[in-house]
Amino acid sequence: MPYRLKINGKVRTVDAPGEMPLLWALRNDLGMVGTKFGCGVGMCGACTVHLDGAAVRACQTPIASVGKQAVTTIEGLGDTAVGARLQKAWLDKDVMQCGYCQAGQLMSASALLAKSPNPKPEEIDAAMAGNICRCACYTRIRVAIFEAAATPAKEAQHG
Amino acid sequence: MVDVALAETRLANGRLDRRTLFKVSALAGGGMAFSAAIPLAAEPGAAAPKLLNAFVSIGSDDRVTIVAKNPEVGQGIKTMLPMLIAEELDVSWDQVDIRQADANAKLYGMQVAGGSFATPTHWLPMRQTGAAARAMLVEAAAQLWSVPAASLKTSAGKVLDPASGRSISYGKLADRAATLPPPAPATLKLKDAKDFTIIGQFKGGVDSPRIVRGEPIFGIDTRLPGMVYAVYERAPVHGARLVSANLDEALKQPGVKQAFVLKGSDDPQALIDGVAILGTNWWLVNKAREKLQVQWDTGEWGNHATARYASEAVSMLDKGPAATPRNDGDVNAALASAAKQVTADYSYPFIAHVPMEPQNCTALYTADGKLELWAPTQLPQPGMDSCAKTLGIPAENITLHITRMGGGFGRRLMNDFMVQAAAIAKRVPGTPVQLLWSREDDVRSDFFRPAGWHRLRAGLDAEGKLIAYENHIATFSRKGKVAQSAGMNGSEFPAGLVSNFRVGQSMMETMVPTGPLRAPSSNALAYVNQCFLDEVAAAGGTDLATLMFRILGEPRQLPGAGGRAFHTGRARGVIEKVLAMSGYPKASAPGRGKGLGFYFSHAGYFAEVVEASVSNDGEVTAHKVWVAGDVGSQIINPAGAINQVQGSVIDGIGQALALAITLDDGKINQSNFHEYPLPRMPVTPDIQVEFVRTDYPPTGLGEPALPPVVPALINAVHAATGKRVRALPIDAAMLKRV
Repeated sequence: MPYRLKINGKVRTVDAPGEMPLLWALRNDLGMVGTKFGCGVGMCGACTVHLDGAAVRACQTPIASVGKQAVTTIEGLGDTAVGARLQKAWLDKDVMQCGYCQAGQLMSASALLAKSPNPKPEEIDAAMAGNICRCACYTRIRVAIFEAAATPAKEAQHG
Repeated sequence: MVDVALAETRLANGRLDRRTLFKVSALAGGGMAFSAAIPLAAEPGAAAPKLLNAFVSIGSDDRVTIVAKNPEVGQGIKTMLPMLIAEELDVSWDQVDIRQADANAKLYGMQVAGGSFATPTHWLPMRQTGAAARAMLVEAAAQLWSVPAASLKTSAGKVLDPASGRSISYGKLADRAATLPPPAPATLKLKDAKDFTIIGQFKGGVDSPRIVRGEPIFGIDTRLPGMVYAVYERAPVHGARLVSANLDEALKQPGVKQAFVLKGSDDPQALIDGVAILGTNWWLVNKAREKLQVQWDTGEWGNHATARYASEAVSMLDKGPAATPRNDGDVNAALASAAKQVTADYSYPFIAHVPMEPQNCTALYTADGKLELWAPTQLPQPGMDSCAKTLGIPAENITLHITRMGGGFGRRLMNDFMVQAAAIAKRVPGTPVQLLWSREDDVRSDFFRPAGWHRLRAGLDAEGKLIAYENHIATFSRKGKVAQSAGMNGSEFPAGLVSNFRVGQSMMETMVPTGPLRAPSSNALAYVNQCFLDEVAAAGGTDLATLMFRILGEPRQLPGAGGRAFHTGRARGVIEKVLAMSGYPKASAPGRGKGLGFYFSHAGYFAEVVEASVSNDGEVTAHKVWVAGDVGSQIINPAGAINQVQGSVIDGIGQALALAITLDDGKINQSNFHEYPLPRMPVTPDIQVEFVRTDYPPTGLGEPALPPVVPALINAVHAATGKRVRALPIDAAMLKRV
């Protein structure tokens, strides 16, 4: 049956079984391939998206369960101030190697910073522990999150 | 079958033919394209292949397009090779656009992501390519202004005339330059390192801006009009053959369009038997697999198990080596005369590659017998050859687009997924098919790093000098030959440095596919060698660093594996450096220990120190890691270089802490990340990296930083607890305080 999903501010319709994970509706039916398939069992975080701002695994989110919640994917990340700062920090620090997991890393990091603008190192580790980077760019992911977190504090001083 | 070892040997010598030829052609719409014959390294004495290549074009808008020839797997090659060209072309990095090459051996030579050999084999020819283009632009300006070319200079994409103060951009010279004869390579003068403006600078990955925006860029992101998705059900036991399949129920499932059986061979690198299901949505077709009823004949392989391999290995070690790839002096006599003897058994498991992007390939076969592939492959050419053979079409009918890859680590040197996609596509001519494996397919259908079992014996004389060393490996064969990436060659450290030295090898047959995993062989042998030598050092009343210095002796060059010579002075240099960085062996806090590991692989010298502690329940924490590496005179892109090293360190620590693939009844026991726990952010230690610069041409960094971290960690565990971990992964129960 058709499901109406609000994705990155636009309403999209998907005609698929309700138990279909959001990941596959995005990738196969809607042509939004930024959200990545890594494990299919919620263990790697590559498919992380936001539902009303909270990080969830799209491979474990049936489309029938989304309802009116707003879906944000990597394609919409740059529209938020936090997301844009993270994208810039990711590039400034040259975080990635293969880059495949980075959409999920960015979505987890942005959910963290939205909730906790200046997280402590342990908070970052805890919030990011669900995201595997097989290239193990963890050192730079940490640094980039710090970088993105510190920026609004500096802006606030001037503002 | 891809013979990676042979390919590595051929390329590893790093001998570059200087008879580089250039030709040039005008581009439609203005601009020019330079073609250069970039000879690949060849065995000394062998004729270098002459291959025509086109790498540089310049538009009238001053945009410079540089072709990146090799597959990008996260090693940073798509940024690094164009940096070499851009440097000598003398353009600003900001004006450069990078274009990924398709697979084309005639134009680009060997295109491979593996073996850490892109740096040594391209360091000279890529710069020559840029310098040739620059020389033609200078000549064009000289003609335009009627001045001698030698009086002109270049900078940031412009030709400058210091005498008059004039300048002109490359874009305005491109048309004229394209009509000029190519320069003789002998006339090309390359820059001094002190004049580099791009090489040595921190350059971010060229694809990264697209990646942070979630744009389609990986193989799995390929979308074509009318494309269908496919899964491929294969036997749960490696080597099993398909007997029969009932597809009726699967065909009734939602989203399923087609299902059919494909019969292949028992060669896991080619097409294996299986059932393809095609449909409109991958999740739906993958779900339909549950409804398949397939009969498999597991043959003799159904009773294979890792426990059985382990016991067979021990009996082979007890029996003594079946073969001795190297036997210097008289090990037994020297051991008998030794003041101290040390013996220990070490072992390590099969491990998997699990790149984050599951294996996939998109294929379009058309009725005229042509095949187009969008393939995340580290080694396209053998995959195309294999597709040609399997489909019965000429290789020249195949076009392959190399996509960016979500990791490889050696897994994508094997092109089984490509052949499967091609074989499926042939059954639906005109319809593009994207074959995608589940993570479970990927874990179970890997070409695993082979497990190994070793017995080591060493003897020290009364002065503590190493006088005998034996390393006997029990390893795997396939159809009677050493299984891929298994076994050990005669140049294993400390070959040539101890007069009584023996490498022994015994083999048992397996059907489990094996293959190169990042730093193949070295990723396991470094652990065995450096942990055992740590034991030997302790038996002699000293530490590993001191013993290593004694073994290495005076600086000199020894022949190494695959034509890669081993220099004892460079080894010593990185060990000295890491000692100074880390303060080894003194730990920074009670309960902690520092361990050292050194290894030479892929032409790189790495010494690493880990500081670790062990909790009461046996959990190991790596707190800090110091890395000293020598990969020659120049770090081309520090951004990528340090990332590679830090990633390698965490990768190795993750392997030692938790990773193992096991089998029972011929089936792989692990299926997904809950059973194959890769390292995550919380285990990431502080990692300090320094490079020791030596006067040698630069070599690659994708692999050599990984092997030494494993023994460094295990030796740190010993320093902290007094316990030797002689089997990987670390067994916390063994380290528990009772």
